[in-house]
Amino acid sequence: MVQLTLPNNSKPKRGKTWNKPEEEGTWREFHIYRWSPEDDANPAIDTYFVNTEDCGPMILDAIIWIKNKIDPTLTFRRSCREGICGSCSMNIDGTNTLACTKGLDEVKGPVKIYPLPHMDVVKDLVPDLNHFYAQHRSIEPWLQTTTPEPQKEWKQSKEDRDKLDGLYECILCACCSASCPSYWWNSDRYLGPAALLQAYRWVADSRDEATGHRLDNLEDPFRLYRCHTIMNCAKACPKGLSPAKAIAELKKKMVERKY
Amino acid sequence: MSYRTPLSNVRGLGAANTGSDHFWRQRVTGFANLLLTVFVVYAAFHLKGADYEGVKNFFQSPFHLVFAAAFIINTSYHMRLGMQVVIEDYVHNEGSKILLLILNTFFTSFISLAGIFSLLKLSLGA
Repeated sequence: MVQLTLPNNSKPKRGKTWNKPEEEGTWREFHIYRWSPEDDANPAIDTYFVNTEDCGPMILDAIIWIKNKIDPTLTFRRSCREGICGSCSMNIDGTNTLACTKGLDEVKGPVKIYPLPHMDVVKDLVPDLNHFYAQHRSIEPWLQTTTPEPQKEWKQSKEDRDKLDGLYECILCACCSASCPSYWWNSDRYLGPAALLQAYRWVADSRDEATGHRLDNLEDPFRLYRCHTIMNCAKACPKGLSPAKAIAELKKKMVERKY
Repeated sequence: MSYRTPLSNVRGLGAANTGSDHFWRQRVTGFANLLLTVFVVYAAFHLKGADYEGVKNFFQSPFHLVFAAAFIINTSYHMRLGMQVVIEDYVHNEGSKILLLILNTFFTSFISLAGIFSLLKLSLGA
């Protein structure tokens, strides 16, 4: 059966409190998941206090403040700090989202930060995304054509280009896949919302000549059909995309080609 | 420790070349259920307080008999498809999964046949 509770060695314990509000300022409490592969200890929830008058307005600003001023061992991914690279995806206040686009003022009370759920943890807030990236690779996310390449570019009408809106913007942050219960239970065989959104992105591309091959690749009870339209993916996506809709479009294409 | 690459794990045994049929049948039987439930509600109101003879008379109408049989067959098939998804979702041990999928087919076939038999006995029996 699926495992509904964490194994004993993965249950988070109460961790240490790193600092207390001292000088004047507006202090926010942070509860952050910590785990290191270098010892056998269980994960711990550490407590930090951040002076919000001394740091930027976003959650990412606050955890960078913690790393710079209190605890340099706190580990997380970040790069662009403006919602375009997808590196700082994590579970904040119970929702998978990007730390750089989530405002401190959007969270009431202590800010609880965990790594993306149901992923192996490399360290602290860094999940192992190798499997997730391999799933993306498996849907062959590139233009496939048999017709000899034209002298210039492959042409596309404005109307056909419009069909890619809402699909091409995905930044592969994994917030959607890590929010999907079907993906939690069956990610070994179910490709998950992120990979399927990209699969549809190429099926919907008027320049692509491999639609049949792409659909064949998804004709499987697990790869595509573990999606039960739970819609967590659309709710979680920090870019406002709807993987659920793209998956529904794929299912429609599957039925369409049969009749 | 496995040295399989992540892509090899994802590709696994390849696409099963099936899945859409199951998806489509689940939708069609679901839609049929919606229509057939109208008959079931009608029958329930019609048979309210009826004795055995009354029920028997009701099902002696070919129209009622056929709709009741269609409802039983359709519901059982829909249940088999739905239970299959639940089992595949949550049971990860290959042996238990196959066993449960077989039992699922046996169970839904049995209750479907038992329902049809009861209807025929009621309708045509002495």
